[in-house]
Amino acid sequence: MSEPFLELIDISKSYPGVVALDHVGLQVSPGEVVALIGENGAGKSTLMRVLGGVVEPSGGVIRVDGTARSSLTVADAIKAGIAFVHQELNLFDNLDVAGNVFIGREPVQGGPLRLIDRKRMYADVAPLLERLGCDFAADAPLAELSLAQRQLVEIMKALSLDARLVIMDEPTSSLTLAETDRLMRTVAGLKAHGVSIIFITHRLNEVMQCADRAVVLRDGRVVGALTRAELSPAAMIRLMIGRDLKSLYVPPAAPPGDSVLEIVDAVTDTYPGRAVSLSVRRGEILGLAGLVGSGRTELSRAVFGIDRLRGGTIRLDGEPIRIASPRAAIEQGIYLVPEDRKGAGLLLDVSITENISLPDLASYMRFWLVDTERENENAVRQRERLKIRAPDVRTAVGSLSGGNQQKVVLAKWLSMRPKVLIVDEPTRGVDVGAKQEIYGMLRRLTDAGVAILMISSDMEEVIGVSDRLAVMHEGAISGFLDRSQFSEHNVLQLAVGHTIEAEGP
Amino acid sequence: MSKKDLSLLVLILVVGTVVALINPRFLFVGNLSNTANQIGLFGIFSIAEAFIIIIGGIELSVGSVIALLGVLFIDLIVNHDVNWVVALAMIVAAGLAIGLVHGTLVTRMRIQAFVVTLCGLLIYRGAARYYTEDATAGFGFGASFPMLEWLAAGRTNILGFPLPHSVVALAVVAVIAWVVLHRSVFGRYLFAVGKNEEAARYSGIRTNRVIISAYVICGGLTAFSAILIAMYTRSISPAVHGSFYELYAIAAAVLGGCSLRGGEGSIIGVVLGTVLLQVLQNLVNLLGIPSSLNFAVMGTVILVGVLGDQYLVQRRQRVGVAKGREQASVAAAPLERVKVE
Repeated sequence: MSEPFLELIDISKSYPGVVALDHVGLQVSPGEVVALIGENGAGKSTLMRVLGGVVEPSGGVIRVDGTARSSLTVADAIKAGIAFVHQELNLFDNLDVAGNVFIGREPVQGGPLRLIDRKRMYADVAPLLERLGCDFAADAPLAELSLAQRQLVEIMKALSLDARLVIMDEPTSSLTLAETDRLMRTVAGLKAHGVSIIFITHRLNEVMQCADRAVVLRDGRVVGALTRAELSPAAMIRLMIGRDLKSLYVPPAAPPGDSVLEIVDAVTDTYPGRAVSLSVRRGEILGLAGLVGSGRTELSRAVFGIDRLRGGTIRLDGEPIRIASPRAAIEQGIYLVPEDRKGAGLLLDVSITENISLPDLASYMRFWLVDTERENENAVRQRERLKIRAPDVRTAVGSLSGGNQQKVVLAKWLSMRPKVLIVDEPTRGVDVGAKQEIYGMLRRLTDAGVAILMISSDMEEVIGVSDRLAVMHEGAISGFLDRSQFSEHNVLQLAVGHTIEAEGP
Repeated sequence: MSKKDLSLLVLILVVGTVVALINPRFLFVGNLSNTANQIGLFGIFSIAEAFIIIIGGIELSVGSVIALLGVLFIDLIVNHDVNWVVALAMIVAAGLAIGLVHGTLVTRMRIQAFVVTLCGLLIYRGAARYYTEDATAGFGFGASFPMLEWLAAGRTNILGFPLPHSVVALAVVAVIAWVVLHRSVFGRYLFAVGKNEEAARYSGIRTNRVIISAYVICGGLTAFSAILIAMYTRSISPAVHGSFYELYAIAAAVLGGCSLRGGEGSIIGVVLGTVLLQVLQNLVNLLGIPSSLNFAVMGTVILVGVLGDQYLVQRRQRVGVAKGREQASVAAAPLERVKVE
């Protein structure tokens, strides 16, 4: 491998009272994929902000192409060929692909009129489309693209700026398994062209798949660097949390009981021709795997009463029930932790207390008024039970980390009496420590007799947490797996619509 | 009382003091009583508007509803000899019905509130003018409703101050609205729907019902204020009666801390906002400013007020961020936000 073109030496950054980065060093050579891992709050984002020229380090040297300086400006970073692909994409829904790639630097014509030179714009995008093997056109409206395709647009934008280093911040957190796979190939392609990549992720198998080496941050310090040969999930987790993690899977205390929730021939609007049948038993976690777009979220929305079912029946404890609204589902004890935490799960600038009590306000009611004392007591109880890290229950949930926000969503439902809990991507954007706590909580719930349906696109989670698996493909169940049959291979086979060979147990 | 309400109160006191110093007539009992009466009348429909703004909607037909229902009320009791209690009930029912229609169009038909109520603004104004054939509706000679007039437009001497009954009505409405908004379960739902309708729905709140209720409450309160205003003016020219009142209401709500994005606002703030607007109106009259400048003065003060508030919020946020850094939360903040700064 060639000489590093970018070196961070002894970078420190302290804010009043806190050291965000403590003498961090990082080198990037052309065509190298560096995985940057660590729990939330470990300093990854601050380090990347230093690279982007947004944060000025309090100490250390940044060397770009041999020139040393104490900090970068945003313009310096762009000139040095550093580009970001953000977790939440910065794209315009109302423009087409080319318009997004060249936003802010559109080729112009017509002299002082500064009209957009559309022809040139499309011509300039064409080679990029080809280079990334995109299956959409330069004039495709962004609104029609999937999340994965939009990410490619972001990458094209980076490349059109002659980026030498692309920093991807949790690029796969919203992608399906197949899309993640494709992104991995894109990463490999970029690498082959000599573009370097810093890959920030919580998913360790992706690191295994694409990284040349991994740098692990903890509490603002580099606690370890693993070469390709040393990479293993166990080693990474050990460095990230500073202790060994036991295997994810905790078996249930008792064998599962009778079916609690039965979905029989359920048809949703997304796949009008397909029906889903599955049942979740008391005391088990049924994992629901599949590609994004396979109809899992739509199924959960219909069961929870957000959307209408087109056909089929839902049975609770053997009795057919009609669920016309979330209210009806909640009254039956069927709760949903939605995929979109910020949009559908929480009121971000409202306190923890008020978020937790929202679905159950009627029970805090005295003469139509809210009994704020009892409401607070419950919030304090839930905060302790779920270890929500916040200075106070009056804190607005928007200021909490992703893991703590997700715990607040869970706390909403745990204050009530869940019979069936549907969790949709329960740990997306949640750091490793909080993930473990959430898994522990799910297990305690099933041991208390709750039936859990867990939708997840995270392979580690699907395989590591579920007691049983259902896999969906294009709006129908393509197969069920018992723990003895759990493997990444089997899940993927079913997710793409193949059957798995019958294997003896 | 929140900080925001307090600073508004201070602003009112400052403006009041300045006016009183320049023209002591501001403090004359007669002037204060008249201003109070205006506050009472405008405060009620401003509170009505606040309910809509808090759920993230907007109601533009307030002024036209006041004209139409005012005309109908006077017509009912003067020309159709309907008992005024019955007429009052009918008019309030009509207001509730209008709210129900607006709420239904906004939720079930998914038409934007701005459009629904803009159409309402045009339709009710037109209906009022057509109904009276553009003539002024009023009480003829000899027509007299002593009880109603005393109740709606009278004043009671309290410690030598003739307290207008409209102020009493506003006080009652404000207290009830305050309890409903800030203490009741339904109030929580209103704020939740205004903050994030989707999340409210996922929490089992019947969001459509909450939104429709807000429009119904707004319609009912507007009808009530329409009767008070009709009894105060005693004659209604349907072409101009109540025009721009929706803008007074929105201005009072915004001054009082309501966000047009929904989910924010306080009843005390709305009442104080109404007070400030009426004091300003009084200021224009008393300081000899040409009354044609009335709106311009009001607009300027609102703009300055909102700018000042924005400045304070940003300063508080900066202080907050500095504090947050001490609490080590900065490393987890999203990258983009820092970039925008």
